[in-house]
Amino acid sequence: MSAPGPTRTSSSSTGTATSTDLGRRGPGALRLTALHTRSQLLETVRVPIAVVGTVVFPTLTMLFFVVPQPFAGDPVQATGATAQISLFAVMSVCLFTYGVGVAEDRALPWDSYLRTLPVGAGPRLAGRLLNGLAFALVSLVPLVLVAWLLTAATLPLDRLLLTAGALAAAALPMLGLGLWIGYRMTTKAALAVAQVLLLPLAFGGGLFLPPQLFPAWLDAVSTWLPTRAGRDLVVSATTGADLPATTWPVLAAWTVLTGVLAVRAYRRDEGRRFR
Amino acid sequence: MTASTAPSADGARTDVAPLARLVGATRRYGDVVALDDVTLDVPPGQLLGLLGPNGAGKSTLLQLLCGLRRPTSGSVELFGRAPWDPAARVHLGLTPQETGLPPTLRVGEVVDVVAGHFPDPVPTPELLERFGLVELRRRQTGGLSGGQKRRLAVALAFVGRPRLVLLDEPTTGLDVDARHDLWDAVREYHRGGGTVVLTSHYLEEVEALAERVVVVDRGRVLVDGTLEEVRSAVPARRVRLRAASLPELGAERVVVEGDRHEMWTADADALVRRLVASGADFSALEVASPSLEEAFLAVTAAGGDADGAPHPTRTPEVAR
Repeated sequence: MSAPGPTRTSSSSTGTATSTDLGRRGPGALRLTALHTRSQLLETVRVPIAVVGTVVFPTLTMLFFVVPQPFAGDPVQATGATAQISLFAVMSVCLFTYGVGVAEDRALPWDSYLRTLPVGAGPRLAGRLLNGLAFALVSLVPLVLVAWLLTAATLPLDRLLLTAGALAAAALPMLGLGLWIGYRMTTKAALAVAQVLLLPLAFGGGLFLPPQLFPAWLDAVSTWLPTRAGRDLVVSATTGADLPATTWPVLAAWTVLTGVLAVRAYRRDEGRRFR
Repeated sequence: MTASTAPSADGARTDVAPLARLVGATRRYGDVVALDDVTLDVPPGQLLGLLGPNGAGKSTLLQLLCGLRRPTSGSVELFGRAPWDPAARVHLGLTPQETGLPPTLRVGEVVDVVAGHFPDPVPTPELLERFGLVELRRRQTGGLSGGQKRRLAVALAFVGRPRLVLLDEPTTGLDVDARHDLWDAVREYHRGGGTVVLTSHYLEEVEALAERVVVVDRGRVLVDGTLEEVRSAVPARRVRLRAASLPELGAERVVVEGDRHEMWTADADALVRRLVASGADFSALEVASPSLEEAFLAVTAAGGDADGAPHPTRTPEVAR
């Protein structure tokens, strides 16, 4: 072993430690974000089974719950159903990649090592968000293929952008929820909570069965769920269905609430994760 | 780093500003005080050994210096800034725990990730060459042996051409050859003008490397001085023998169990001379330099018993 010597700064002869000696600026935030995104993607992709669950499950749901149904032949209903399951795919990425993934990373000494490098929380978090976005997109591809090939679902090109925007907006409270779980809980607790939340929220929000089939009481409860508001938004974006008046307020309220919880958990974590 | 901080004021000074500094730093975890009002300067070019038993507060001290934790009270500075400001850590290097390497990433990838954070990193091939990791470049870190992981972990501390390196128990778990290799690397870096803070609970390691030794116990600095000063302040030699009875030999602490005597002293030579001079009959003489941890335990246990005070709560060894 032979260690390379320290940086020699020409500006000071004695090598005193003043902030002027910090010399050249390190890599910019964009490069650091790319760096963290890339290494996180590599880490995840090298354990393919972790990817398969997130990517395959929504497509299977589509194959079992939508394709065999009579309404698969109806363009509006099939498109709505595809939209619902797409939101489900995005939601499970949020709860698992962000929730369980963050909790796992926090438990690793590598995470605290990265925190000692000259990088702030921004690029690391941005890398995580981009990573989740990539997984959401990957999980949507087979889903959309199945919908396109095996059902009557259609999405005109001019609605594509609108749908993507609606999915992103609908994902916000789920993102907050995932990050809150991730930064607040241990890996085991995060896994349990993510699983416990996923199905009731998905079912109650009408992501599996359309809310038109709900009994009145369930429909009433459903209206206040973030998944229902998200579902209505995405279905409206794909099919042009009317948007209930409650959708935006409910979505906004959940986004703010989960966002505050996530930020609080993140801050708390900075001081207490090492206990 | 910004244009507003002009070099003129500091350039004129003759005294040398420390690279890192703690002033009255205290860190609590709930009711437990891990670091208690510690003041310490790390001047450039120094090789400082931080000694103390497990839970003494060494790790907490390093975590304050590298910005992982903030002090409950007091202040911490790194290169004239708050350590939790990322810009303060541009000239800082440290090692991850060997168990902490991401197992699925390859050796070269791990080096690249860390190097990507620094303005002027050592090129990855050069670093791998220096630390004997060239053939391992394509291997996933999860498949490395303990010694290989340790080498990679140490190499990472030097990627950014740091001016200050923090090494937390760098040789724990290494065999003798690997330990000496690492010591050589640390000495070479130090000769090149680098500054090192090294924690250890092995006196031998600190003796081999450090110019200045700071002994920490229960969150406080007990001794801060040259190696000689510290050695005389800590009864770091253990003398064991069997004897029916012994006169007073001036040991710091004596434990007697039947005919077995265990004595702790700073100067074993003098103690053995007195023993021989006393004419006492003894057998199975054994002189050892156990880990400083053991020496500390012996001394602190004696102190606790003497004044009848309950043994103070040790800080649980926290994740590093």
